[in-house]
Amino acid sequence: MNRLHVARLGIARGGIELRHALTYWPDLVQALFLTVAQLVVLFLMRGHQVPGTTFSLGSLTLPSVIGMSFAFGGLLGVVGLISVDREDGTLLRAKATPDGMAAYVIGRITHIASTTLVGLVLTLLLGLLAFPGVHLTAPGAATLAWVAMLGLLATIPIGITLGSLLPNPRFIPMVLLPFGALTAISGVFYPITHLPGWMQGIGQLFPMYWLGLGMRAALLPPHLAAVEIDGSWRLPLVFLALALWAVLGLTAAPPVLRRMARRESGSRVAERRERAMLRAT
Amino acid sequence: MRYGTKDVLNGIDFDIRTGEVVALLGPNGAGKTTTIEILEGFRARSAGEVSVLGTDPEHGDERWRARLGVVLQSWRDHAKWRVRELLQHLGGYYARYGTPEIPRPWDTAELIDLVGLTAQANSRIGNLSGGQRRRLDVAIGIVGRPELLFLDEPTAGFDPKARREFHELVHRLTDREQATVLLTTHDLAEAEKLADRVLILAGGQIIADGSPDEIALRMSAQAEVRWTVDGQRFVHPTDEATAFTRKLFAQYGEAVEDLEVRRANLEDTYMALVTEYEQ
Repeated sequence: MNRLHVARLGIARGGIELRHALTYWPDLVQALFLTVAQLVVLFLMRGHQVPGTTFSLGSLTLPSVIGMSFAFGGLLGVVGLISVDREDGTLLRAKATPDGMAAYVIGRITHIASTTLVGLVLTLLLGLLAFPGVHLTAPGAATLAWVAMLGLLATIPIGITLGSLLPNPRFIPMVLLPFGALTAISGVFYPITHLPGWMQGIGQLFPMYWLGLGMRAALLPPHLAAVEIDGSWRLPLVFLALALWAVLGLTAAPPVLRRMARRESGSRVAERRERAMLRAT
Repeated sequence: MRYGTKDVLNGIDFDIRTGEVVALLGPNGAGKTTTIEILEGFRARSAGEVSVLGTDPEHGDERWRARLGVVLQSWRDHAKWRVRELLQHLGGYYARYGTPEIPRPWDTAELIDLVGLTAQANSRIGNLSGGQRRRLDVAIGIVGRPELLFLDEPTAGFDPKARREFHELVHRLTDREQATVLLTTHDLAEAEKLADRVLILAGGQIIADGSPDEIALRMSAQAEVRWTVDGQRFVHPTDEATAFTRKLFAQYGEAVEDLEVRRANLEDTYMALVTEYEQ
């Protein structure tokens, strides 16, 4: 079976990449540093209270940060990886290998999905231990599972599409800046209901808000839904919004990726290498 | 092949037979890389017919791809992977394309030994030296035991020692595997050393095709004869080197010492051909 063979190679590739991510200490330090820094900030926020309640602001923000980490890993992470893989010739190698492109894509998805999930589990464990009010019930765990899965589907294909469209890694800031702005209006660090109506509207167009909302629904006590829009977790809408982004991404990614891969060649990689070298010196 | 309104390849026609080692030579911008990328299936051509291992590269499937080897110039890809890990993984892609005549892929340990990286088998690729990386590039190119191998400027940036090691590796490869090889290079001595046949490309056309010797002979029959008589050194260019030397011996006999007959080498011929073409 050809597809099975390709899937196995891709998953093996993703597994090796995951092992590197967990054992290559410069990367590990970087990844842990960010997560730990976030948690420390949240931990310091735990004395502050959500306006109008006695609930800790730190505990409210922790699930939102988990939601945000999906958008970061699945979107920004993938954009960066694809863009760098094109520049350094990883993708050209995949193209020169039989079934290489398909396995490359499966490998990258496996790698990003697994590192994101490892991050989720670590943050979650620390959150459950150190943040009062963050808890995991059986229905909560079920919500967490589908929001996480749908979250990966809603972000990774979009990341692949954007990564294939960027001419080179120097364009990553063009994605990073709007991403930062989006974080500010997605109700991650500040309840979205305290923002002006038009910002709420824009924030709700993108998956980051819905990922955060879904994670809050999964991990926080029900009465906290009062601080959300409509005073509800709006889970059907979470599902719908993330599913729409997943469909959009899954539709856009294959043709964009194919077009990008078709154009890769040794001379293109050499051209990029020369330009990158010029910039480095 | 046309880019915009400029034809970069025009009227190119050649066959490469199984087991041949062919070098594509030519000045910068002659179309060498474009030619090789069309054959590799990495670039679509604007016109003409191409068949590689019986298939049009534009429509080559994965089975066809598995019969080719492409030696790419690595830069910093797979820096965190270890040498053995990457070769083992990439070999896996070819396993299902093996045949009884050509089992695929190459045994990883044997391959690492062939390219002389046994001591670095467990090193991270990012820590290899430039020469070691290029040998790894070759190993990656041949891991699937290709029937046809493409090498685009394989020794660019090599020091003389690394170059010689690389040449020995290609010789070992062509002796053992009877693989067909197409390489591009700027180094004429390299082409003379490695190739059975040389194609010279200039201005998008093939201006010479033949073995290095044939090309040298056809271009200029002139040779240079040098000899010493009674401690005095003589140099004489001639079209009839054999006849001239015979006369020389007839006249001076035993007194002729340090005789050298130097034919035009590939570099002389190449320079003459390209200069002639450009005029």
